[in-house]
Amino acid sequence: MKVFKAVEMNRCIGCLSCMITCSAVNQQDHSILKSAIRIKTSGGLTGKFVAIVCQACKDDVPCAEICPTGALKKRPAGGVLLDKDNCIGCELCVGACTVEAIYFDQEAKKPIVCKHCGVCVRFCPHGCLELVEEVQ
Amino acid sequence: MLYEKTIKVLYIDLAVGKVEVKQRTDLSEYLGGVGIATKLLEETVKPELPPLAPEQPIILAIGAISGIYPLVTKTVAMFLSPLTGEMGESYAGGRLALALSMAGYDAVVISGKASRPSYIAIEGDTVQIKDARPIWGMDSDVVGQFLRDSEEGRGRRSILRIGPAGEKMVKFASVCVDTYRHFGRLGLGATMGSKLVKAIIISGDNTTKIQNFKDYFRSYQEIFKSVTETDLMSKYHDLGTAINVESVSALGALPTRNLTENHFDEAEEISGEAFAEKSLVRKMACTGCPVGCIHIGQFRRKFDEGYDYESVSVAYDYELIYSLGSLLGIPKTDEVLHLIEVVEKTGMDAISAGVALAWATESLMHGIVSEEDTIVPLTFGNSENYSKAIRYLASRKNSFYEALGEGTRSAGAKFGGKDHALQVAGNEIPGYHTGYANLVGLTVGARHSHLCNAGYSVDQSLKDFDEQKAVNKLFDEELERCLLNSLVICLFARKLYNRETVLKALRAAGYPLTDAELTLIAKRIYSTKLRLKEKLGFDPRQVELPKRFFKTPSMQGILDSTMVERMISQYVEKCEALLAEKI
Repeated sequence: MKVFKAVEMNRCIGCLSCMITCSAVNQQDHSILKSAIRIKTSGGLTGKFVAIVCQACKDDVPCAEICPTGALKKRPAGGVLLDKDNCIGCELCVGACTVEAIYFDQEAKKPIVCKHCGVCVRFCPHGCLELVEEVQ
Repeated sequence: MLYEKTIKVLYIDLAVGKVEVKQRTDLSEYLGGVGIATKLLEETVKPELPPLAPEQPIILAIGAISGIYPLVTKTVAMFLSPLTGEMGESYAGGRLALALSMAGYDAVVISGKASRPSYIAIEGDTVQIKDARPIWGMDSDVVGQFLRDSEEGRGRRSILRIGPAGEKMVKFASVCVDTYRHFGRLGLGATMGSKLVKAIIISGDNTTKIQNFKDYFRSYQEIFKSVTETDLMSKYHDLGTAINVESVSALGALPTRNLTENHFDEAEEISGEAFAEKSLVRKMACTGCPVGCIHIGQFRRKFDEGYDYESVSVAYDYELIYSLGSLLGIPKTDEVLHLIEVVEKTGMDAISAGVALAWATESLMHGIVSEEDTIVPLTFGNSENYSKAIRYLASRKNSFYEALGEGTRSAGAKFGGKDHALQVAGNEIPGYHTGYANLVGLTVGARHSHLCNAGYSVDQSLKDFDEQKAVNKLFDEELERCLLNSLVICLFARKLYNRETVLKALRAAGYPLTDAELTLIAKRIYSTKLRLKEKLGFDPRQVELPKRFFKTPSMQGILDSTMVERMISQYVEKCEALLAEKI
């Protein structure tokens, strides 16, 4: 089982193909606001791009710990999977994530969490993103 | 909007601070982009008033599939050009198309003049006209830095702004979009300045459910693959457009030292390779484009003793290396980058600024103007003086720069140097002296740009030059680009977005159009443009071309002005035939 990592963000050209395809494939939406990975600039466009995305926490997983219904379940390789039926939309996970990588879908009233599917990796034209073996 | 037949237009009247949204189903027959923008311009422009009258509109528009396919990344701006006095049309990339789409608008029409320096903040349904007095006078890059901190929407907003040149209404002032892209040509910056609008910030949080995921994503993937896995786009990613500097010079088609020569002996020093090796530090992309053609060059400059250096990064491209390089006789990459930097900060079109200074240099050599006029002695190759002159031009420092700020055509007529004023119908020329198709193309092209009909490419593609063939090619290309620009794709992807791809992409996004319907839309748009240009008093047969074009040999040798006139007449006949179809 693999996890997704933004490994070479120095090379990012800011095309947002990762966000466009994540929203499309995982949420069937055209808006980049539905993406589980977010590319932001630090200090305007002359600064570097940063990827704000699930860090695949493994043993201690703050978002899963705080989830009152158990809707966020630990993935064996790291990160979590969302069981939508069990989610009550309380947003506690959003606040629990230290790197602020959980977004709240105001329409669906559910969190948007990365499931490490790797679609963004396939559509990154500059080799910034990678699927790697789980970190030991 | 996506999957809908209505065109949502945001109208902003700065004079009274009124904002209105209209759902225009009637505009859908223009598809989007340049189609709806032309129609909106036709509806709102006041031909009887000067271009910078408060009543004149600024129109921004995106297309039906903006932001959802690779390289459908541009936004069109239309206005009455203060530089040419006729139809103004300019394109910018960056994040603007996405931002407009997420704000929920297909088009924005801005008219009137603000009562004090202002900036417009569009955040979805909320439109505010805010106080810009403290940022009035700022360089283009600094305005961006301030607004980034004070406004919402990080990561999905777009920031348009003008520099001091726009405020001073230099007739070829540009609008900077998201730091590295521009509405460069034809003076939109002056129009914004005339309305006292320093900046426009656009963001929103619209979402749109994909209606037919399978078809859409198949289409998306096919296009993405052709972009990233074939060599269709590699030229633009690898060395970028700068790759052309050496080859165009070798063809004898690179305007050099105000087109007193057709090649630059030192082209190798400012070639794509030279920039890549000495200056290139990163590449960037417009949102939704996996190509990343934006080449950022960096250089360092010593500003004091004691090893005090500053570093400067700017985006470079072929046209800038021509206008601020070969045309001014500058053979050093760092010096070209430095001139680009000053043009960026002051906010002027790089082509027009370079051409204006090249004209001033030659005029000074001929004694048409004096050193008192130019303040510094302008000589080809002296970038230090050019960087000062760019500042003088942007601030209209004295009566000479005041006049030059009206455009090269105007300055040529005023001082008596129109034979070496490199402009066509008032627009300063891009970096090609390939021959007949280029010159005719610039004259008849809707916005007098090489991007109207690619005449420079027609010249290179026709082995045995045939005037009728060339005219036909120019016409067909202009027509097809009306369609591509109604989608507002990046024209670098024009070969990729052939009819088959366009039809498939549209169908998957809920627009089941036929090939014949696309042709009809293209004709409708071009007809509207031609009607509008006529209404604005333009007739390509009346354009007076500077003698320099016929004196310095082109790639095809010395050009014959009677042949050019004949080709223009043939082109006009084709336009008349199109108008007679009454589409």
